[in-house]
Amino acid sequence: MSGVEGYIYPNEVTLYWSVLIVLYPFITGLVAGAFILASLERVFRVEAVKPTYRLALLTALAFLLDAPLPLQLHLGHPERSPEMYFTPHSTSAMAMFGYVYLWYLMAVLVFEIWLDYRRDIVLMSQQSKGVMRLIYKVMTLGSSNISERALHIDDKVGWIVTLVGIPSAFLLHGYVGFIFGSIKANPWWSSPLMPVVFIFSAMVSGIAAVMLLYMATTKLRGQKIDMRCVDTIAMYMFYIFIIDFSLEMLDLVHRIYEADESFRSLNFMVHTRLYIPHIVIQICLGTIAPLILLFLTQIVKLPEVVRKRIYATAGCLALVGVFAMRWNVVIGGQLFSKSFLGYTTYKMELVTREGLLAAAGLTILPLLFLWALVKLLPPWPDKSLHEAATGD
Amino acid sequence: MSGLKDAGHLFRFAGLFVLAFLVFLVVRSYVVPKTFGQYGHYRGASIGEIASRPIKFAGHQTCETCHTDISDIKTKGAHAHVNCEACHGALAAHADDPTTVTPVKPDTAVLCAQCHAASAAKPKDFPQVDPADHAGGVPCETCHNPHSPVVGSDSGASAGSDSSASAGAGSSAKTAKGGAK
Amino acid sequence: MNISRRHLMILLPAAAVAWKHVLAGTPEDSPNYRMSEHWWGMLIDIPKCIGCGNCVRACQTENDVPDGFFRTWVERYHRSDIHLESPEVISPDGGKEGFPVVRAGEEGKFFFVPKMCNHCADSPCTQVCPVGATFITPDGVVLIDQKYCLGCAYCVQACPYGCRYIHPTKKVADKCTLCYHRITKGLTTACCEACPTGARQLADLKNPNDPIHEFLKTHTVQVLKPQMATGAKAFYNRLDGSVR
Repeated sequence: MSGVEGYIYPNEVTLYWSVLIVLYPFITGLVAGAFILASLERVFRVEAVKPTYRLALLTALAFLLDAPLPLQLHLGHPERSPEMYFTPHSTSAMAMFGYVYLWYLMAVLVFEIWLDYRRDIVLMSQQSKGVMRLIYKVMTLGSSNISERALHIDDKVGWIVTLVGIPSAFLLHGYVGFIFGSIKANPWWSSPLMPVVFIFSAMVSGIAAVMLLYMATTKLRGQKIDMRCVDTIAMYMFYIFIIDFSLEMLDLVHRIYEADESFRSLNFMVHTRLYIPHIVIQICLGTIAPLILLFLTQIVKLPEVVRKRIYATAGCLALVGVFAMRWNVVIGGQLFSKSFLGYTTYKMELVTREGLLAAAGLTILPLLFLWALVKLLPPWPDKSLHEAATGD
Repeated sequence: MSGLKDAGHLFRFAGLFVLAFLVFLVVRSYVVPKTFGQYGHYRGASIGEIASRPIKFAGHQTCETCHTDISDIKTKGAHAHVNCEACHGALAAHADDPTTVTPVKPDTAVLCAQCHAASAAKPKDFPQVDPADHAGGVPCETCHNPHSPVVGSDSGASAGSDSSASAGAGSSAKTAKGGAK
Repeated sequence: MNISRRHLMILLPAAAVAWKHVLAGTPEDSPNYRMSEHWWGMLIDIPKCIGCGNCVRACQTENDVPDGFFRTWVERYHRSDIHLESPEVISPDGGKEGFPVVRAGEEGKFFFVPKMCNHCADSPCTQVCPVGATFITPDGVVLIDQKYCLGCAYCVQACPYGCRYIHPTKKVADKCTLCYHRITKGLTTACCEACPTGARQLADLKNPNDPIHEFLKTHTVQVLKPQMATGAKAFYNRLDGSVR
């Protein structure tokens, strides 16, 4: 039994929730965060972030399509997963996943994107050729009504969908936190703050991801980055980050001060096995460093180039920090024995079903989804489309 | 009227939802096991499936239906409450087919030490010896009858004075109840 | 030990009939067993456990428990006189082959604690199962429907006692069934059958004649981790405060 220290219950040697389960809250977090950013423009009328609105929606959809895959891959019997829909257990937080996921995917994201793009879809169904034409035709659902009034209705309905979408995004990610926070057997997880911390860190990561994607795609297209937009995004990220950090510190301080029966065991873990991922990566590198960087941009008037670099660095660090937070929750929560007398080790495999390669693949996959979505539904104004639509 | 017409595409989208929901209901009615919900939120038939798994330990009541001679000795000795298969191992296969499946006689040198090797972690009143010291390599059964181990009590006269006899009080009551079910 | 003589006797058919009677029936069609008449638990008498590992071996034999995983296991506690709250615990291979010898005169108190599924009345593991693949039966046994289990391992995380594992080849959750295939046929569990000292006793709390009632009246009995409020039904006689 290598990697075991002290006494652990004999069935605790194996960790059952692997890196894939780390990935899952990370990815759903990106979805929720990206959607909240999109809703800033739509519901809260923050005009500055408009250039990212469609990109944020597509990003959310791309990651949402990827989100159930790590879960599927992790299941012992993936072929039985439809049981979650057919016989959901009402007392299980996990059983609600299927429904919240479907609701969010179909009733919120797909619907909102469809409403927002409907005019483009109809126009493209008329202008494109071959297979693409057929795809766009199907996407119009057979209705090519893009009259002023119809579009106005779409806009109103879209606004309502976004409004419903905000609590849905909170629900989607809050319940992920609840999956962990409601496990009384595990003191590292069991905390009513868990869903809240998950939501705020999700918002940080989602906003950071969309900001980075916006900057990258704009650069790739040879366009000029809209600094007013990026500045505003960075400001929101900074404020939400502060809330997230405060909540995490509150949780930490509370644990240290209360020092209940599990404290000695958890404290030892944080100072040994979890030292690098928790203290160094999550707190110092992934939270404090980007906070300081963002703080600088808020109080000092820096030239545009410096700001761009700072935002890019802070965004990357924030993503690393949020991923580390998920890692520390999921993996950290299984490293110590529920007897509080010992520890086990997580050995990540490389090419197995739950190994590093699968995890890396599932991290890259949403970017491919996004690429396909961007090809299908270009998020930036298409000149040729506008010229063709003479009515506009 | 024209307002409804201009919202027509929304009804198409909603229609997709309704259609998907109906398909879901139909599929659900086929795939959910028939006994699901019979006793609670689970497949009722699984209880029967688990209950019908094969038995490996026959239980001492079964042994005693044939091996009356041994049980007569054992019930009067210090091992009265040690069940047959605690030492002889799982023998339901033998009970199923006594002629072809014959149990192997346990090696007392190994078997007895499993319980009686001295250790300060064991309860003080449990009889324990240092096997090397105690017998010097002589097999335990040279002096002790495993079915009635107290020396000189083969007839079972001194049974009951040993602590392990009192230790098994509950277990005998339990097995008696088992038969009454 | 006159085997040949016994073979000739007419005892054999009688025994075979008795044995077949034991093997008969499932809860549905057995006239002898009614789920509503039982509420199962287990009494574990710590002062009687000698750490021989018989129960662990018997459980593995009876239930085909894979190596390295345990439906039941035995822990040996060493509670020193100074650090009452931080005992030293070992359980080499779940105690399957017994424990290393402790020399007389060692400081502190040594004792064995057999562990198994507590068949909790308010079990956190069945609560979290997303599909209803694990449940408590009407007679109080927490079971797993291995034909329905997804293998998500949420129940493994939710059990405070570390009693569950994912079966390495079946890829579904697995744990103690309280030998449900035995107790529904009037037999006791494999671990109880194999325990030489009666440290484990199957208990039917709905049976007024069960000795458990008298035992609970006259002894100091505790459950593991009572703060978890799981309604655990593995009752430990003289449980030391350092056990977790």
